[in-house]
Amino acid sequence: MTATAPHDAAAGAPAAGRLLELRGITKRYPAVVANENVDLAVARGEIHAVLGENGAGKSTLMKIIYGVVKPDAGRMLWEGRPVVVANPAHARAIGIGMVFQHFSLFETLTVVENVALALPGAPDLARLAREIERVSELYGLPVDPRRLVHSLSVGERQRVEVVRCLLQKPKLLIMDEPTSVLTPQAARRLFETLRKLAAEGCSILYISHKLDEIRELCHRATVLRAGKVTGHCDPRRETAGSMARMMIGKDLPHCEHAPAREGGVPRLVIAGLSRGADDPFGVDLQDVHLTVHAGEIVGIAGVSGNGQRELLAAISGEARLGGKLPVRICSVEAGRLSPGRRRRLGMCFVPEERLGRGAVPEMTLAENALLTAHRRGMVRAGMIRFRAMREFAARCIERFGVKCGGPEAEAKSLSGGNLQKFIVGREMLQEPKLLVVSQPTWGVDVGAAAFIRQSLVDLRNAGAAILVVSEELDELFEICDRIAVIAKGRLSPARRAADSDVEEIGQWMSGLWEADDNAPPPAGHGSGAQRAARA
Amino acid sequence: MTDQLVPILVATIAAGTPLVFAALGELVTEKSGVLNLGVEGMMLVGAVAAFAATAASGSPWSGVLAGAAAGGAMALVFAVLTLTLMANQVAAGLALSLFGVGLSAFVGKAYESVSLAPSPPLAIPLAADLPGIGPALFVHQPLVYVSWALFAAVAWFLYRSRPGLVLRAVGESPQSAHAIGCPVIPIRYLATLFGGAMAGVGGAFLSVFYTPLWVENMTAGRGWIALALVVFATWRPARVMIGAYLFGGVTVVQFFAQGEGVAVPAQFLSMLPYLATIVVLVLISRNINTIRLNAPVSLAKPFHPEVA
Repeated sequence: MTATAPHDAAAGAPAAGRLLELRGITKRYPAVVANENVDLAVARGEIHAVLGENGAGKSTLMKIIYGVVKPDAGRMLWEGRPVVVANPAHARAIGIGMVFQHFSLFETLTVVENVALALPGAPDLARLAREIERVSELYGLPVDPRRLVHSLSVGERQRVEVVRCLLQKPKLLIMDEPTSVLTPQAARRLFETLRKLAAEGCSILYISHKLDEIRELCHRATVLRAGKVTGHCDPRRETAGSMARMMIGKDLPHCEHAPAREGGVPRLVIAGLSRGADDPFGVDLQDVHLTVHAGEIVGIAGVSGNGQRELLAAISGEARLGGKLPVRICSVEAGRLSPGRRRRLGMCFVPEERLGRGAVPEMTLAENALLTAHRRGMVRAGMIRFRAMREFAARCIERFGVKCGGPEAEAKSLSGGNLQKFIVGREMLQEPKLLVVSQPTWGVDVGAAAFIRQSLVDLRNAGAAILVVSEELDELFEICDRIAVIAKGRLSPARRAADSDVEEIGQWMSGLWEADDNAPPPAGHGSGAQRAARA
Repeated sequence: MTDQLVPILVATIAAGTPLVFAALGELVTEKSGVLNLGVEGMMLVGAVAAFAATAASGSPWSGVLAGAAAGGAMALVFAVLTLTLMANQVAAGLALSLFGVGLSAFVGKAYESVSLAPSPPLAIPLAADLPGIGPALFVHQPLVYVSWALFAAVAWFLYRSRPGLVLRAVGESPQSAHAIGCPVIPIRYLATLFGGAMAGVGGAFLSVFYTPLWVENMTAGRGWIALALVVFATWRPARVMIGAYLFGGVTVVQFFAQGEGVAVPAQFLSMLPYLATIVVLVLISRNINTIRLNAPVSLAKPFHPEVA
């Protein structure tokens, strides 16, 4: 770890081999300074990590390099010469490729059309399709060029993005949080690809907050905190703890996790839910059984696109079930109830999409608080009590450490992690009897993620029933008492987390759990619904 | 009745042609993510400009050019308001329609008693002699053949050409298109201008060829039908053609019915083309898959390059 010395710190890479150099980059937004006097140097063939919490300015910095955003001050040197990147097309022309955190693919077009759009000139689609197959095979990124993008899984879409970049033969590849959508196995395959690219001389800027990945993959790291560079290091020689200290300025918070109190009443019971998907590209749910008791956290693991969305919609009430009413919330038959009436029973819900479902982007945080927490004294005789509303939002901001311009800040002005903290906080402050959370820490930095996890555990200890849907197995094992796996619209029986491990759950993700029929039944929580699920 | 079939078909195609132009133009505009509700106004201004130019020069083709230019100029106003100044597209489009109605009535006052020499239909050699379909399909105003070429060109452009691919990409996600380096705003400008020019040509067909005289508000809601056509045709050119000729067909049939003295109030019959077109298109566009695959996702959403 080099000391914090703004200008010379960038000298880590030898001057001759430098591909990209940033000097004194500054970008201010109305409410926040995204980058302040940032220096960064990337050598040829180097995998360089940019590490930082959410809102530390990593994404803004990458967008500046890629020409999407213009800096207010500072210089950029490309292959030793000053350059001003006018727009992304210019960036690609000089050899910079970028894979976005939120994909920049067009869903209604095919893979090959998507790739063609990013290439200069007018490529012949048939020849391009063969080229895509060749490159994807060479780098172990299998994709079918003729498929429509909307029919691809998230992992496949990312492969398309990577292949699209590779076809432009970039000298620098920027990857923004690439593993946030991958299973552990798929992430390992991606690392192989990246190492191969680096060995061929392509530099890689790897944006992430996952310390283990960076230690495994990257040669050098630049750490950002609150828009400023706080250090450079060789991640292979650091521990996760020492990098976390650079990144968040203190030690990683540890999640306190006492064993669950057993024998709580069932708060959520799903008994044999089968439902065709509303969305033509969705997944049909088949005979799902699930029970969540007061005082426990149940996790649902699985690769995204295996029915999580449909199951959550059935629980939240967005998809009406009617008919046989196989959902009971807090001992009430809830199948016919709307989301609002289910919330009145004591259920709170954190959806996966923050903007649009979890929060209204154009509304202030206070107004967003009102939308779900209005039963907590914010409305009297149909009129909004603005003071109560703002106080609730302010309390949420303070308790959950949301970085923002106050309760009047627009939801869309917050970074993803901060908005997630606000949304989770808003639901938790309503003291739910049953909390359903989807992807609680998706795209959220270590500090905030640990905080959210601890809050979930605290809420459980206070007696709430919690259902967590997540793609991060480590997270589920850290906080859950029992874990089930969803695959192709079917839900496995829930295993006690202490009796299982990542390998077993990982295997279940491909839908093979019948072989485990003779596993010991879960003690304590052995309800009828689970036995039914095993039958 | 069979001897009436050919005239009915000919009249159907003629009645549908203004819609073909206006709706195909609007389809291209909407595919780029711009919703221009000013089609009615652009058609009217195109119609009166075409009429004036033809009356002055005696050449219907100068009228067509004037119609296209006038429609394009109206669209340019809309584009500056919504694409450069980021005004709300719905409000600006509605204002453009009202403005077009007023402007065309004002300019058209001088032409209300003028009539143009009807231009003769053009029979395609050989094809027109085919038994049955020949006289029905190949003896038309030249602009009708142009509308068919336009259909082929739009379909080819959108689904076979690279600029068309870029246009669809811009309409689906301007942010992503910007990120891969497509010039979003210029593309939307061009698509909007094209839509305006085609609406103007549609108006020109009405005032110069279809009924060679100027009547105030002579489009009679065809601009609105064109807008509805695009949506209910799920943004697909072939369905736009079906809808346009369906409208034309019902228009003509109800004229014949009125002529035959059918015992239904004339007002109800005049209403039929609008009603029938919407009902049929709603029925064929219920498939959620086709809508999801063809609707421009970013329709009517403004795009700010810096915020993206």
